[in-house]
Amino acid sequence: MSYRSPLGHARGLGSAKQGTHHFWIQRVTAVALIPLTLWFVFSLARLPSADFDAVSWWVAAPSVAVALMLFIGCALYHSLLGVQVVIEDYVGGEGAKIVALLLSKFVHVVAGVAGIFAVLKIALA
Amino acid sequence: MSTPATSKTTPQRPLSPFMIGPYYKPQMTSMLSITHRLTGLGLSFGAILLVTFLVCLASGVDCYNVILPHLTAWYGKLVLVAFTWALLYHFCNGIRHLMWDLGKGLDMPTAEKTGWGVIVVSIVVTAAVWALALATK
Repeated sequence: MSYRSPLGHARGLGSAKQGTHHFWIQRVTAVALIPLTLWFVFSLARLPSADFDAVSWWVAAPSVAVALMLFIGCALYHSLLGVQVVIEDYVGGEGAKIVALLLSKFVHVVAGVAGIFAVLKIALA
Repeated sequence: MSTPATSKTTPQRPLSPFMIGPYYKPQMTSMLSITHRLTGLGLSFGAILLVTFLVCLASGVDCYNVILPHLTAWYGKLVLVAFTWALLYHFCNGIRHLMWDLGKGLDMPTAEKTGWGVIVVSIVVTAAVWALALATK
């Protein structure tokens, strides 16, 4: 038998009021990262040189710039969700947990903005 | 005497993952699960390093030429090989997780087979990527 009320069942969001949003976005970003990761790893491996001009030229190509921004965005969003679960699992004290979660969110957002801005600056220079 | 449920004292009981070792026998599948988390955490730092690299590249050739010798040095390459493997391991095991989400491969014999598959494929593809990288330089 189920102890859930009919209203709770209809809303389907549970005690965190988020439903399966976290779970689902972690999977959506994971699926998006399948082609993006393959592209990222093999593109870097095929770079003819690691010097400034070669890497800048590579990042500046429109297709590379777009793929790189998608990769950074998806990877950091996926990372944010994963690190959140690790903090919730292993950081005991309620205060320490909230501080760690906030810190993780700030670091991920700053990294995302910085990474995308850097790619745009190189691509539009 | 039993402790009341409202007791302020924290119960001193072993919690996962500290159960592994003294209470649970380490198994290949549980080790892979922990490795998935560890590589995930490592890759979070890797993503921040990637962003730092790109910001440095965007800042100009002076900043870039400060970090480039470290990236191409033996210790830099070693770190990059480790990140390549961590990324490919998390990639392969992530696909294993997505298959589980679809309800496929959840039985023990299959989970152990796909586990060994993840180990082998992640190492082989890491070697292939670095062979390609060194061949095109």
